[in-house]
Amino acid sequence: MTRANPPLSADTLPGPDLPVRGRRHPWRWIAGSLVLLLLALLVRAFAEGNIRWAIVGEFLTAPVIIKGFVWTLLITFAALALGVVLGFAFGMMRLSANPVLRFASWLYVWIFRGTPVLLQLLIWFNIALIFPTLYIPGVVDVKMVTVMTPFVAAVLGLGVNEGSYLTEVVRGGILSVDRGQVEAANTLGMTPGQTMRRIVLPQTMRLILPVLGNSAVGMLKFSSLAATIAMTEMLNAAQRIYFINGAVIELLFVCALWYLAGTTVLSIGQYYLEKHFGRSHGGRA
Amino acid sequence: MTAAQQPIIRAVGLRKAFGNLEVLKGIDLEVAQGEVLCILGPSGSGKSTLLRCINHLEVPYGGYVWVDGQIIGYDLQGGVLHELPVKRLRAQQSQLGMVFQHFNLFAHRTVLGNVIEGPMVVRGLSRPAATARAMDLLEMVGLADKAGSWPAQLSGGQKQRVAIARALAMEPQVMLFDEPTSALDPELVGEVLEVMRRLADTGTTMIIVTHEIGFARDVADRVVVMIDGEIRETGPARKVLANPADPRVRSFLGRVLAQPAEAKD
Repeated sequence: MTRANPPLSADTLPGPDLPVRGRRHPWRWIAGSLVLLLLALLVRAFAEGNIRWAIVGEFLTAPVIIKGFVWTLLITFAALALGVVLGFAFGMMRLSANPVLRFASWLYVWIFRGTPVLLQLLIWFNIALIFPTLYIPGVVDVKMVTVMTPFVAAVLGLGVNEGSYLTEVVRGGILSVDRGQVEAANTLGMTPGQTMRRIVLPQTMRLILPVLGNSAVGMLKFSSLAATIAMTEMLNAAQRIYFINGAVIELLFVCALWYLAGTTVLSIGQYYLEKHFGRSHGGRA
Repeated sequence: MTAAQQPIIRAVGLRKAFGNLEVLKGIDLEVAQGEVLCILGPSGSGKSTLLRCINHLEVPYGGYVWVDGQIIGYDLQGGVLHELPVKRLRAQQSQLGMVFQHFNLFAHRTVLGNVIEGPMVVRGLSRPAATARAMDLLEMVGLADKAGSWPAQLSGGQKQRVAIARALAMEPQVMLFDEPTSALDPELVGEVLEVMRRLADTGTTMIIVTHEIGFARDVADRVVVMIDGEIRETGPARKVLANPADPRVRSFLGRVLAQPAEAKD
């Protein structure tokens, strides 16, 4: 501890142009060095561990893996699109003046948010056991097993599940748009549909985009669940390879790298989308 | 003032309650074409509710509002008021330009976007036509240079002037103002009142709920004083303000006039 300086006399104060020396931060240096050391140890452990990095590199661009990743992306975007559509539809229904629509929306959320998504995937995939044929008079009449491919089941399972979460998000987003916005639209003569489409929903978008970004990232990862219903997305493709060549960890790492690449790109996209919808508020969402 | 005698609005026995609280106790009111009417009264007297009933933002449980040949929100057939389809109600509402206390500019539209929204969506104007007219209106309220700005970048006074331009863009028969300066910093009140004063000079029919006694005295053809959901006093501004007959109106005006105008909200 340093002793406090003697009181400064008002008569002997120096001029205003004094150099300033910053406070020192020894603990920042110590904590930073420690964490760097731990990171270095971690890197060395993996470098010397039982991983054949050459195999990781070899399979990183293997056609089967790339093809699997493309399927992963397709499932992700299709399911996300379905989830967004359902989320907006049921979110608006939840706020409807019609009690039947409100109830239907509540029921949807209750069921699909209340059961595991993996279970839902399995049910969609096996839905032919309940409905052997898909029959809508005059429209379609086909065997369910030919319709409910692993891809369709994956998109339905993940999308419908996501929609149940987004329903709540959209409902909250709509409610947080100021009531005065609707009143202003009413007094200009805009119909409820015009008001919803042109005034309320665009402002809802700004509020729910951060959540949608999370959904997209989550969806990319949840799409790996489709591996369990024989969908040859990336994880499933990797499993098929390591069942044969035994390079389990190597192929799982290949997947991890691709997922990381995907989520990184999505995060960047989210940044620009939020910037676009937040432009009325100084570029921040 | 060009206070022609032709009535354009007539409220007949308006009654409105929120829960058990009776806010409007049977209001009768007539406004003439080109008239500027100020509605005064203490907080909670029902003056904003009256204005919001006139354009059907609030639905009265009794009585109705007649505007230039039509009953707002209803079709009168065989002595029964049939609720109008929403689209026709909105068409009526678009003829009653509304300026809100809290502006309610569309936050996701630019200043210009706010003013052209109604004409394009409701009246079906092309974007160039709507824009040309909107720029004239923004010029009139002194904000043509702010056409590309976002509402969040404007001061309260500027927002309210944009809101006035937005309402005027629908070419309404009547302009309604719901405490247009109550949410403004004191030094921004003047610019909004100035725009309203100029509007009054053009012969626009205006109904203004306000606390600005000075403005009412200078600009209004007539003032109405509401207390507890009833109209207690009505007449030419100078006469009512100088010499109110009703004792409760006298006490209200006494309180208001005792303080500088900007001290109240």
